[in-house]
Amino acid sequence: MQNKPELNLDSIQYKSEVKNLCFHYGEFNALQNINMVLHDKQITALIGPSGCGKSTFLRCFNRMHDLYPGNRYDGDIILYPDDVNILSEYVDPIEVRMRISMVFQKPNPFPKSIYENVAYGLRVRGIKKRSIIDEKVESALRNAALWDEVKDRIHELAFNLSGGQQQRLCIARALATDPEILLFDEPTSALDPIATASIEELIADLKSKVTILIVTHNMQQAARVSDYTAYMYLGELIEFGVTDTIFIKPKNKQTEDYITGRFG
Amino acid sequence: MAVKSRKESKHPGRLAFSFRRHMHERFIEMLLFMAALCSVLIMLAIVIMLVKESYVFFQHVSIWDFLTDTEWTPLFDNAHYGILPLVSGTVVSSMVALTVALPLGTIIAIYLSEFAPFAVREIAKPFLELLGGVPTIVYGYFALLFVTPLLQVFFPELPGFNLLSAGLVMGIMIIPYVSSMTEDAMRAVPMNLREGSYAMGATRFQTAIRVVMPAAFSGIAAAYILGISRAVGETMVVAIAAGMQPNLTWNPAEPAATITAYIVQVSLGDLPHGSIGYQTIFAAGLTLLLITLAFNIIGHILRKRYREIY
Repeated sequence: MQNKPELNLDSIQYKSEVKNLCFHYGEFNALQNINMVLHDKQITALIGPSGCGKSTFLRCFNRMHDLYPGNRYDGDIILYPDDVNILSEYVDPIEVRMRISMVFQKPNPFPKSIYENVAYGLRVRGIKKRSIIDEKVESALRNAALWDEVKDRIHELAFNLSGGQQQRLCIARALATDPEILLFDEPTSALDPIATASIEELIADLKSKVTILIVTHNMQQAARVSDYTAYMYLGELIEFGVTDTIFIKPKNKQTEDYITGRFG
Repeated sequence: MAVKSRKESKHPGRLAFSFRRHMHERFIEMLLFMAALCSVLIMLAIVIMLVKESYVFFQHVSIWDFLTDTEWTPLFDNAHYGILPLVSGTVVSSMVALTVALPLGTIIAIYLSEFAPFAVREIAKPFLELLGGVPTIVYGYFALLFVTPLLQVFFPELPGFNLLSAGLVMGIMIIPYVSSMTEDAMRAVPMNLREGSYAMGATRFQTAIRVVMPAAFSGIAAAYILGISRAVGETMVVAIAAGMQPNLTWNPAEPAATITAYIVQVSLGDLPHGSIGYQTIFAAGLTLLLITLAFNIIGHILRKRYREIY
């Protein structure tokens, strides 16, 4: 990240910029003309009622929709500092996913040991050197606040961990490859309140290392962890701004209704 | 209070115990139980028959001779009753078959489950299943009249009856069993595991090999065990194309008889019932049953140990 100075000054604080993004599942228009930015090393939350397109939007960032036929992106998601539209057909989705990692709603550890789960991204990238992998696995587990709990059983199957631990393992897995952006798709919706609190704390700690975009159903969670919030409704971005402003003084009536619980 | 009022109410009316409904339920339950019992009883009957007849056989021939003698000539004057030549024929033909069926079946399953577009899968699957629907006798003649001459082009000294061509064709025959069960196991792996892998920047192939296959391991093991059992128990192809001379060999280019081929040969012949020659087929059949049982037990253990936990 030291090579920033040669960039144009307007985009310097942006990690990513979304321009006129539309997305279609076959005939269905799931996202309409979305414009927003991700600020570098900040947490941006996406809120909105079910089916509003939050997750669809999130999954555009790592080209997850490429896995299924019949999906179409229009518009740009510019990734800085490269200044490249990652939705372009000339961009390899695998390269995108190597730099933009994702944590899912339901913990999805692989049927492997804790160690191999975290090492997965490195092995996929062809890294074979044991010392490098050992080091990365340990630091990723430490960053995911899991190391102390698992260091003595790192070669045991990951399924033996609790739900909250599994989710932190998935975060460690995503961190091991040093991503630039980390996407969270409702990461705590399958967890109990205590595990949720520890994941939220972890997300706040990760801010210093990585840009975060988080989809959440839980408005308190958005208010607690995020710096910026975007409210979406029916595939449109209704309002985007600093979290405090959105929650205290939303400009849009719809946003206000949703946030105050009159709707949704 | 509640208990008391329950005692008092002698006329529960619409809540009354429905004798008819319960009898009906019991009847259905019995019917289902009988159906389940049937298969168990038949299996038991087969085992009892084999053990009983084999017992008669082992009155004449010691188990030691049966297991160690290197010649199987029960129909000759100088009779030898060593099962080894038949076992070797079975093992060699099965090995050849599995060398074809397991890798090919797995590759096909990986392709169909992880790579093939919907349309290709819908067309390819019925064709593949058709391969399993061809009568085995057709495969037998295919091996004898097509594959063997073809192999003789490359290996002129190959005899007309040989284990190699029977094994190869048997392998082709088993592919659909292996591939369709392996594919089912792989497709049962939930999408969120695959997405987890893709999200890490893995390719389709890396995802298939490193995540989907380990997750589907128990199902794949079951598919392999089924393939092995099919190969060991296959009769027609080897009876037709491998020759029927018991021959203690590990060389697939030689003719040999398998356990199943021998049983066919003797059951078709006009040996008097109760003769020692006739009794041999039960001992051979019991051996075959024990071999397949061993594989089934291995499969069961593997399934239990690597149960899918997604």
